[in-house]
Amino acid sequence: MTEDYTTHEYDVVIIGAGGAGLRAAIEATRQGASVAVICKSMLGKAHTVMAEGGAAAALANKDPRDSWETHFRDTMKGGKYLGDWRMAEIHAKESPDRIRELEQWGAIFDRTPEGLTNQRNFGGHTYPRLAHIGDATGLELIRTLQERGIHTGMEVFMEYTVRHLFKSDGRVSGCFAYNRVDGSLHVFKAKATVLATGGITRCWAVCSGSWEYTGEGHALAYWAGAEMGDMEFVQFHPTGMIWPPSVRGILVTEGVRGEGGMLTNSEGKRFMFDYVPEMYRDEFADTEAEAMEWVDSIVADETPTARRPPELLTRDVVAKAINSEREAGRASEHGGAYLNISWRPEEQVKKKLPGMYHQFKELAAVDITKEPMEVGPTAHYVMGGVKVDPITQESTIPGLYAAGEAATGLHGANRLGGNSLSDLITFGKRAGQYAAEAAEGIDVFGDIDDDELNRVIAETLAPLSREGGENPAKVVEDLRDMMQEKVGIIRQGHQLKEALDELESYREREASTSPGGTRIYNPGWHQALEIGAMIDISQMCALAALAREESRGGHTRLDFPTPEHSHWGKINSVITMGTSGEMELNHVTYPPIPDHLKQLLDADDLHEEE
Amino acid sequence: MSEDVTFRVFRGEPDEEGVPNGEMVDYTVEMDEGMVVLDVIHRIQAEHAPDMSCRWNCKAGKCGSCSAEVNGKSRLMCMTRMEDILEETPENTPVVVKPMQAFPLTKDLVTDVQWAYDLNKTIPPLKGPEEMDWKFDQVEADRVQEFRSCIECMLCVNTCHVMREHQLFDEFAGPRFFVRLANLEMHPMDEDNRLEMIKDDFGLGYCNITRCCTEVCPAGINITDNAIIPLKERVVTEYYDPIAMIAKKVGLRK
Repeated sequence: MTEDYTTHEYDVVIIGAGGAGLRAAIEATRQGASVAVICKSMLGKAHTVMAEGGAAAALANKDPRDSWETHFRDTMKGGKYLGDWRMAEIHAKESPDRIRELEQWGAIFDRTPEGLTNQRNFGGHTYPRLAHIGDATGLELIRTLQERGIHTGMEVFMEYTVRHLFKSDGRVSGCFAYNRVDGSLHVFKAKATVLATGGITRCWAVCSGSWEYTGEGHALAYWAGAEMGDMEFVQFHPTGMIWPPSVRGILVTEGVRGEGGMLTNSEGKRFMFDYVPEMYRDEFADTEAEAMEWVDSIVADETPTARRPPELLTRDVVAKAINSEREAGRASEHGGAYLNISWRPEEQVKKKLPGMYHQFKELAAVDITKEPMEVGPTAHYVMGGVKVDPITQESTIPGLYAAGEAATGLHGANRLGGNSLSDLITFGKRAGQYAAEAAEGIDVFGDIDDDELNRVIAETLAPLSREGGENPAKVVEDLRDMMQEKVGIIRQGHQLKEALDELESYREREASTSPGGTRIYNPGWHQALEIGAMIDISQMCALAALAREESRGGHTRLDFPTPEHSHWGKINSVITMGTSGEMELNHVTYPPIPDHLKQLLDADDLHEEE
Repeated sequence: MSEDVTFRVFRGEPDEEGVPNGEMVDYTVEMDEGMVVLDVIHRIQAEHAPDMSCRWNCKAGKCGSCSAEVNGKSRLMCMTRMEDILEETPENTPVVVKPMQAFPLTKDLVTDVQWAYDLNKTIPPLKGPEEMDWKFDQVEADRVQEFRSCIECMLCVNTCHVMREHQLFDEFAGPRFFVRLANLEMHPMDEDNRLEMIKDDFGLGYCNITRCCTEVCPAGINITDNAIIPLKERVVTEYYDPIAMIAKKVGLRK
């Protein structure tokens, strides 16, 4: 092998520069570690920038009844009790401090009349809980962390893609990456490595994710031998844009409904009243009059006494309701539902939802202050990911940590809106802290195996020397269509089996793509290299989905349409790579919830008698 | 209802001296309803040129990655509708797409914006309170929230003649960073003062308020009136206002 590569050495290498990665970097440098952040895009452009509605934290600024206990309860309930209660407890307790810390570093969230951080209502949160800045909270979060981070001494390797994790004596000892701009090759030796690589939703044709969401972080962990949990649970956000075709999937913030947006079908009916699940029946309005009373209190900045509108049910419920209305022939003009906020005064809509106003005006020629939007479900978030220790965020492979969307545990079967941004900063901080602490106890860098390195280099460069094969874009397009059809929002056993079979044929197609061109900024080459991870991630999702014979949160089976509490309601899927390279699926349980926390939950939901 | 569209796109790399070396290449693809310029670029990659370089991320005007010059104007490709582009393009002529011209070329539509990251590091960060007991009102937040909506697309820098024609990247911070500096100077929790740097190191005086930056800002920030002019006023008051200087001497002003 004669290919040149550059070797770098850092105490902590963080892969990903979104909210979790940057928060981890800030913490690790604070502990004195030398830190490299490796990211596929330029700094400040990561997926976090697209988050809209807000970051959930029980600050109790807007409603004094809120507390970490209620946030814990809402998170567990929204996750249909498959979440790791230990992470839900840490998250509910620590997120308020993480939010205040962001303000200390320069974030400017919207204010209450008393001059405190304002909080907005969101689906599944009992009280207004989301710190926000209009509908561009992700931008505020990433810019604040970026501006703090660049003064900490972290080194940022922008537009690099990590292809492989190395292990030495069972511990992750570094990674291999290539520079997307000039095609140069790099080995990063690390005493601890943090995966903050975000999600996988680019595997579906209609998604709210950017090109970055191809699941390479999930795949890296799996290839290194880590346990992957809950991969069947994919959140389809109920409100993505659906028209015109080129904008399909782009997110419409849940904040629209938090500000009083109403969902109607082609008959003009507010259909969400028909879809309130038993477990939420006591908490939601059952008449339009009561829902309106709640909205009036919100608009008037008063603490509501009425119950909230059913549009604010959790995302899994609302997405499936829109889907059911379409199946029943009551879809909006282009196959979704109408979402209307135009009944509120024009200035208020523009102040509270400036991004949505702009987005619909520019991309769909729709003025949301005057007419309804058309929306439908879009693949938005994966609850599943790397299994981690709830305290340290270390995976089942020593030296490898994961935080944010790349990790699993906090959100169970369904994530509440707003719990993602708070997840990033809460567990990003922990991952950075414990990775730096672990690195401090290690004197020498682990070895990098030469044969392994040469093999990875050869694999990385292979697409460039292939000729006459398919355009990688075509393979990716077909894969995404297949996943949309067979492993989408509503699943069936026979389709999941077909998906698993078909995925094998994609491996052959992947191996023969020929993008052409050189190593200099070549998107075709980059895409050719992403397909392998996408196939493995898709397989994990289909495999775990086929096994789970019930419907719960972000996993819905037409052939098993209801939740099954006695068995499936208590176990989580775990995928690992078997000794001969095949994908193995098992199911495990979290430790029992201690009584003092169990008392915070709704006893009827737990189905302990079964 | 679908029709064909022809794009004339710059393809090439810099030569050894960094001078762009390439050609304009025509590509014809079919167009669907509601497409934006970036959709057409993606279709060209998928059907004709997989190796054509182009940066993008969110495709919703939130990340500021897909900056380019379309028909000679600085714009985000993801927020530029083909409907509007075809209206301004004379019939039977291609739509012209080039990379940002003020920055060094990397390849095709991608430019090297490392300058921005280096400059940002030289700006002293927020100096805020140690105690977590602050309060400030929405009125105070409003003033800086406009600046914080910047997506760092660099279209303002690309358009500014101080950068584009005179290439004063070493002496002038450019509109993006005056927005950032205004954010810090007007931040309700900041206790630092960066006016000397703004005057000397960041070369605020070079700006002669032609408003080109404001016109191209996809986030709609009123860069000239709300960031640059107030900073100029602050510099004048601090360094050139005789009454303020006397007031400072006798202790009436800090």
